[in-house]
Amino acid sequence: MTNALEIEGLVKTYGDGFQALKGIDLHVAEGDFFALLGPNGAGKSTTLGIVCSLVNKSAGKVRVFGSDIDTHLSDAKLNLGVVPQEFNFNQFEKVFDIVTTQAGYYGIPLKKASESAEKYLRQLGLWDKRNTPAMMLSGGMKRRLMIARALVHEPKLLILDEPTAGVDIELRRSMWTFLEEMNRRGTTIILTTHYLEEAEALCRNIAIIDHGRILRNTSKRELLQQLSSETFVLDTAEPLERAPELDGFYCHLDGEGALVVDVEKGQSLNGMFIQLEQKGIRVVSMRTKANRLEELFVRMVEDNNAIAAKQGDAA
Amino acid sequence: MRTDAMLTAYKTIVVREIRRFMRIWPQTLLPPAVTMTLYFIIFGNLIGSRIGVMGGFDYMSFIVPGLIMMAVITSSYANVVSSFFSMKFQRSIEELLVSPVPNWIILVGYVTGGMSRGLGIGLIVTLLSLGFTDLSIHHLPMVILTVFLTSALFSLGGFINAMLATKFDDISIVPTFVLTPLTYLGGVFYSIDLLPGFWQGVSMINPILYMVNAFRYGILGVSDVNPYVALGMILMFITILSAISLRMLARGKGIRH
Repeated sequence: MTNALEIEGLVKTYGDGFQALKGIDLHVAEGDFFALLGPNGAGKSTTLGIVCSLVNKSAGKVRVFGSDIDTHLSDAKLNLGVVPQEFNFNQFEKVFDIVTTQAGYYGIPLKKASESAEKYLRQLGLWDKRNTPAMMLSGGMKRRLMIARALVHEPKLLILDEPTAGVDIELRRSMWTFLEEMNRRGTTIILTTHYLEEAEALCRNIAIIDHGRILRNTSKRELLQQLSSETFVLDTAEPLERAPELDGFYCHLDGEGALVVDVEKGQSLNGMFIQLEQKGIRVVSMRTKANRLEELFVRMVEDNNAIAAKQGDAA
Repeated sequence: MRTDAMLTAYKTIVVREIRRFMRIWPQTLLPPAVTMTLYFIIFGNLIGSRIGVMGGFDYMSFIVPGLIMMAVITSSYANVVSSFFSMKFQRSIEELLVSPVPNWIILVGYVTGGMSRGLGIGLIVTLLSLGFTDLSIHHLPMVILTVFLTSALFSLGGFINAMLATKFDDISIVPTFVLTPLTYLGGVFYSIDLLPGFWQGVSMINPILYMVNAFRYGILGVSDVNPYVALGMILMFITILSAISLRMLARGKGIRH
């Protein structure tokens, strides 16, 4: 299968000498829903900026659907749609004009551009706002406008840099549904996000980047299998004043009084329930804690920081 | 990018530019019309009637070509510098940078946008001048060539200024401290024959003097300089500024990290 994105030995050194990327390699398969995760300043936006031609690379190779950005930049760009982290449209222009103008930059004639703009503005719930200047839109609408603008030329690869930052939960969920549908229809999607729950819910493959290096690049399933324990949240019939002591299980109460229990891999849940029964605690519902990826992410980044600190000491 | 796609991209940039300055016409089209009308009334009518003949023509007829050219120069420059810098400031320039539009199309598109405003203002000022003097054309091809090339040249100047600018102050420094003095000293209001020999020599290094005089030659048939030398100079400057602009775009000066 063709790779939607291939990055080899990518290096970026800014003018002040700061090395944001230290030779990263990354492959994203066509049709994938891929997450690039990392703490602030890890190199996520720099990587995507280079792919989208907003940042000049210092060294390395980038290919989009086989088109090298050094030799076939125009072909690479035709396959790319970009949703940046910050609003980057003319706030005085009308919604419809912003989207059709972007299509024009890709060489799409106005009639076809208008049809495509209408399609995506309708799908993203912005058609009623088509004659509204962008500055009059809410934050969520502006984010959706940037998605419509990125899709108007029907790119095969959609890159989203923090697409749901500052968006309320309801809207975030509807954007997830939209993106999942886009991916189902064949668009390869790469996103960066701070909401690890988002990456866990949407993505099939994940790379974790920190200090300009890729720490892991693997499938979500494989990543989650690394977790030695799983965390369950139990709602009890009667509120608990403190967490019970359960033999073989670590548990505590969360901020809302629910019982949170860590269960090691291979450990039976029956033992936990028997002990709870014996203590007269009745469980009315149970769910897994959603942000498992977050735990793993924090652990990896902390380990990397410790290694970096050690190397610094040694130096 | 295919040729038809490039043409569509070019049209998109030009339409967007024209839409921008038409949307804010009280800031872009009205002020030069008002200012030039005041020039015609005060300098042309009130003061001009006491000055008498200049270069063989009454003073009003003498200053009209210079004032038209002044409006074209400042409007062409202002359009590109403010539009391109605003795009940089709002980061909407990224819309162009992520797209496959070649750099030379971006440049030609913005220059065409600047020329549209500059020539539009030139037309408005010309029509206004007809209320004050009879305007006859001595050499139409010279008029058209000079005004088009001068507008293109100052659009390019505005583009380079916008590429280099990092804050709003930077886009007003050149028009205020370079463009305006050079225009006023470029023979708009007087013939350099009136100046002492030394200052005549100094005036000859002012490029705007050549443009104003070439245009005046096209309209009145009189000029302080050879109009064909003036055209050659404008073409040379256009070539140099185009090369600089394309080089800056290729390197991403001020627009890519």
